[in-house]
Amino acid sequence: MPDLTIDTNLARKILTDFIHTEITRAGFSRTVLGLSGGLDSALVCYLAAEALGAANVLAVRMPYATSSPDSLAHAQMVVDALGVQTLTVPITEMVEPLFNRYPDMENRRKGNIMARQRMIILFDQSEAFKGLVLGTGNKTEILLGYSTLYGDSACALNPLGDLYKTQVRQLAAAMNVPEPLLQKPPSADLWAGQTDEGELGFTYAEVDKLLYLLVDQRYTLQECVDSGFDAKFVRAVVERMRKSQFKRVMPPIAKLSGRTVGYDFLYLRDWGT
Amino acid sequence: MKLIVAMGQINTVLGDVEQNLEKHLEFIERARRGGADLITFPELSLTGYALQDLAPTVACHPLPDDPVFNQLLVASQGIDIQVGFVEEDERNRFYIATAFLSEGKVRHVHHKVYLPTYGFFDEGRFFARGESVRAFDTRFGRVGMLICEDFWHASSPYMLWLDGADLFLFASASPGRGITLPPQGAGPGRTESARWVNDIIRAYAGMFTTFVVHTNRAGFEDGVNFWGGSSAFSPDGEPLVNCLEHAEALVLTELDLNQLHRTRTRLPLLRDERTSLVQREITRITSNKDA
Repeated sequence: MPDLTIDTNLARKILTDFIHTEITRAGFSRTVLGLSGGLDSALVCYLAAEALGAANVLAVRMPYATSSPDSLAHAQMVVDALGVQTLTVPITEMVEPLFNRYPDMENRRKGNIMARQRMIILFDQSEAFKGLVLGTGNKTEILLGYSTLYGDSACALNPLGDLYKTQVRQLAAAMNVPEPLLQKPPSADLWAGQTDEGELGFTYAEVDKLLYLLVDQRYTLQECVDSGFDAKFVRAVVERMRKSQFKRVMPPIAKLSGRTVGYDFLYLRDWGT
Repeated sequence: MKLIVAMGQINTVLGDVEQNLEKHLEFIERARRGGADLITFPELSLTGYALQDLAPTVACHPLPDDPVFNQLLVASQGIDIQVGFVEEDERNRFYIATAFLSEGKVRHVHHKVYLPTYGFFDEGRFFARGESVRAFDTRFGRVGMLICEDFWHASSPYMLWLDGADLFLFASASPGRGITLPPQGAGPGRTESARWVNDIIRAYAGMFTTFVVHTNRAGFEDGVNFWGGSSAFSPDGEPLVNCLEHAEALVLTELDLNQLHRTRTRLPLLRDERTSLVQREITRITSNKDA
């Protein structure tokens, strides 16, 4: 089985440099992030405070009526530990009119609306606070497509997107993120009792090792099975990756001309900086 | 004879030659005032690395009437300079290039011969391949220059060695990747790519009993970090200096060129190298249609 242990000092150094460099070269000095009370956003908040200084970080809490009270309390622990700026903007009164318009609306639709409402608040605060929005998605959820397009996946920069969830946990522990956040089961907290692992049907510990072999080490499906993974599990994960590819790319533009954005108009975002 | 080399481990502005030139001139002046005989810069130091469609817009000509090289050639009156740039040839092909300037003259230009076009790298899409690997004479003796992927092919430094180079100048824009914990004793804090690069250039110094100076850039381009960590090794394969990783730096180090005499007396690998055997076997291998 693969070993996903990382050099946390090195990751911390590269990621804080990344946040500082990419925000300042775009002409900003501040950042905005959604602080859910979960581990990923807590870690991003720690990295941002170290990279930019706590006064330049705005952590926004955006609870919904059914959000776990623990979430607010855990987010507060992060704010207290770091001294970052903070704002609480409840989304209940914003999303319920839309929920009420469709009385048969199921959880998935509601969850997507909540994630996108939070995106609207963060990007509005980006303008008001003059800071770029930091994303909090990790490599596991990006590869599995476990996010809402234009919702929690929307951001200006993503520092955690090349760390698997189990590696996020290592780095968070190394940076002294409060213990209750490290211990609790990961959850999108979109409805009561929701957990990532319950919804996905497997544990991060399992799937991270499989993804590491498939993606990082370029194992074939058969080689993954030979390494001890259940064949059905391997197929299900690969199919999940394939089906969610649309979330990882810009929408394709229909090519009509000789030079088209996305195909043969190629510049880094850091062009000229 | 002693040679003081300054490694200019700079960050660059992507596609802005004017701003990058300004930084070069500032580093050159600092190195000159510090007593350096030679300053080296990373791959594509005048332009930034991931140029993509910017490549044709940043190209220079290593000639006295070029507005960029004109200023560098003036600066080379006080100190020798190795600089990275994009060269456009007379038939409008673009090369990843490095030039050696001394006493107001261009002494040598090397075009990168191996363009990585796989994984993260896409150089072959935008650049033409160089067609030669040659050593050249300087006031410090014979030197050879390679750019990044060039020295991942053992034949490149080998050819420079046979062509008389006693000092290899390697220039890189090497992205940091791989953050697993290092093996016991390797020391923490380096990406896997940094460990790899340092292992192989150290091996070259020892195997070719030659000085190696490797200058890598710092900074980010989008999400990609360049790990810096420029280094120099003696003909014994011993590290002479290691620049800070993940930051800009100007580091001076002294190369005692008499070490070549001492090392090659002890270890006459160059004397014993069998070039005719190599040539014979390569001819056989490449003429074998089944190979």
